Amino acid sequence: MDQTSTPLVDMKNISIAFGGIRAVDDASVDLHAGEVVALLGHNGAGKSTLIKILSGAYKRDGGSIFVNGEEVSIGNPRDAKKYGIETIYQTLALADNVDAAANLFLGRELRTAWGTLDDVAMEAEARNVMGRLNPRFQRFKEPVSKLSGGQRQSVAIARAILFNARILIMDEPTAALGPQETAQVGELVKQLKADGIGIFLISHDIHDVFDLADRVCVMKNGQVVGTARTQDVTKDEVLGMIILGKCPPGAIPGPGAMAIAA
Amino acid sequence: MTDVTTSESADRARASELGAVARFLKATEIDTRMLGMVGALLVIWIGFHILSNGLFLTPRNLWNLSVQSSSVAVMATGMVLVIVTRNIDLSVGSLLGFVAMIMGVTQTVFLPRVMGFSLGDPTIWMIALAAGLVVGVVIGAFQGFLIAYLGIPAFIVTLGGLLVWRGAAWWVTSGQTVAPMDATFRLMGGGPEGAIGATWSWVIGLVACVAVILMLLSGRRQRKRFKFPLRPVWAEVFLGTVTCAVILGAVWVANSYPWPAGTVKKYAEANNITIPEGGLFIAHGIAIPVLMAIAAGIIMTFVTTRTRFGRYVFAIGGNPEAAELAGINTRWVTMKIFMVMGFLAAISAAISTARLNAATNAQGTLDELLVIAAAVIGGTSLAGGVGTVAGAMLGALLMQSLQSGMVLLGVDTPLQNIVVGLVLVVAVWLDTLYRRRVQ
Repeated sequence: MDQTSTPLVDMKNISIAFGGIRAVDDASVDLHAGEVVALLGHNGAGKSTLIKILSGAYKRDGGSIFVNGEEVSIGNPRDAKKYGIETIYQTLALADNVDAAANLFLGRELRTAWGTLDDVAMEAEARNVMGRLNPRFQRFKEPVSKLSGGQRQSVAIARAILFNARILIMDEPTAALGPQETAQVGELVKQLKADGIGIFLISHDIHDVFDLADRVCVMKNGQVVGTARTQDVTKDEVLGMIILGKCPPGAIPGPGAMAIAA
Repeated sequence: MTDVTTSESADRARASELGAVARFLKATEIDTRMLGMVGALLVIWIGFHILSNGLFLTPRNLWNLSVQSSSVAVMATGMVLVIVTRNIDLSVGSLLGFVAMIMGVTQTVFLPRVMGFSLGDPTIWMIALAAGLVVGVVIGAFQGFLIAYLGIPAFIVTLGGLLVWRGAAWWVTSGQTVAPMDATFRLMGGGPEGAIGATWSWVIGLVACVAVILMLLSGRRQRKRFKFPLRPVWAEVFLGTVTCAVILGAVWVANSYPWPAGTVKKYAEANNITIPEGGLFIAHGIAIPVLMAIAAGIIMTFVTTRTRFGRYVFAIGGNPEAAELAGINTRWVTMKIFMVMGFLAAISAAISTARLNAATNAQGTLDELLVIAAAVIGGTSLAGGVGTVAGAMLGALLMQSLQSGMVLLGVDTPLQNIVVGLVLVVAVWLDTLYRRRVQ
């Protein structure tokens, strides 16, 4: 991993407040191409909020975002997608009443020469990509509300990788999955990483992500406790960061760690 | 004992029959809910026919029914989109009244008296209609803006609109009724002149049949291209045959309703035709307002199922947050929906003004409730995300059938309202049961 190159994403001093509560406070995190960065922390630590700023779901109050070294303004999800930032949300964010193909192409529908929806082509493409992710998936005609948790997850993942994402955000990607499907997601992360895609993995469970991640970034109370390469820290040390906000020697401390130390 | 055996064998027969029915439905891919609605409509029609001693299923009554349904049916196609996105529009009746007044005043006062157009000028009806459509779209855009961008609930904005536009309709002429309308404009209301005659009706019917067949063929070709499962050939043939039969049957009914003797006499005198022995049979054919409603239905069906806009409408209805996160500009889509609704309300205003041959300030009162009821009976879910244009139009036809059937039977107005209200509630209850069983 070449840490000196220009990061794919660099979020600097990001802050956002909801009604006086600082959900994210002066947080900085970066991500390189072909790298997996795990964002860890308790529920409510601010990791999902931070990442929703990157994906355009929330507007930040302060701070700046750089993509490939250039400052970008991300005001809504369309902007984020324009920069190749794709997100798999914890809630999956699927329109339950339409079928898998419609969800895969939501907002980016394929159209015929006359500008109408090309449903057949979209379904063919959906069969193609779903065949790779989840070969047993056959329920293309049904609304996604009828699908199982794992199937819905496959649809959400397929949607994110269908459009040549460069930056992939996975918010608790395995929360709804069984052990076998979780392993599948792990394989997928490795494969995408090999393709040079930068991935943010968000989790409250360190065991899910420690082996997949190149680096971990721990958040607590909206602040970054510290960032570390997984090879420099142990799982126990990272747990200490998550629970106590204690920054081990192998990690670069953030504002959250100093506040605890003081 | 015999009783038991017969009922048992009947049950078994029913079971195998159900299997056949299920297989049939699967092969033809017919929506069972829609089938249920058609069934309910037929039951109502036949019931009224029997109760009225054969007055209901006559060309004359069915033709009138089609004309009476068209105004509400046009608006119901738009209400589907509104309700699918979890909104409501209570203002359509008042909007119709206001737009009707604008169109009435434009053609009877503004153009002839202020702008100096001569009466009967062929552009009058176009300008009046265009003015109404523009007003409808602008008001729809305004209400949509308040709902989408200022975040005021649709219920409140359109409840306000219900009062505001009704009041505005009054202010246009200080409550005076505006009449009569331009002769060409009046064609949009039906009547002997406002129908296209037998020949053109057959032409349209045949064109529609050809279109149905072409659509089935192209659908099949598309599925073949991507190697998707195909419907069995017999199912395709069956669908095509039934649809064409319904279309041609409707044309036949419209062509069986003759002009009244007085109109025929005037027409014969004007054209120097001698009326033969036994009277001259001149058919109405399909009424122009009905054609407008069918066109609205086809266009709105196309919009909801084949365009991005329609896809977004349903996605927003299914999960507004997901739609937003997928990059859909949900506010702009919502505003556009209300603009479409305003446009359709203006078309309905044109139809009802032309039919009344007058614009009154009470026009369209309570129409919003009929339109919402039509959409809901037609399977549009108030929880959002579910609904079809065709269903809403059938719903409008069903409501109108009930009403005109009761008029035929001489049921008192208060009782009519009671029946319509009960039917609405029962229909939605049945629909809830149906959906629960399907899931």
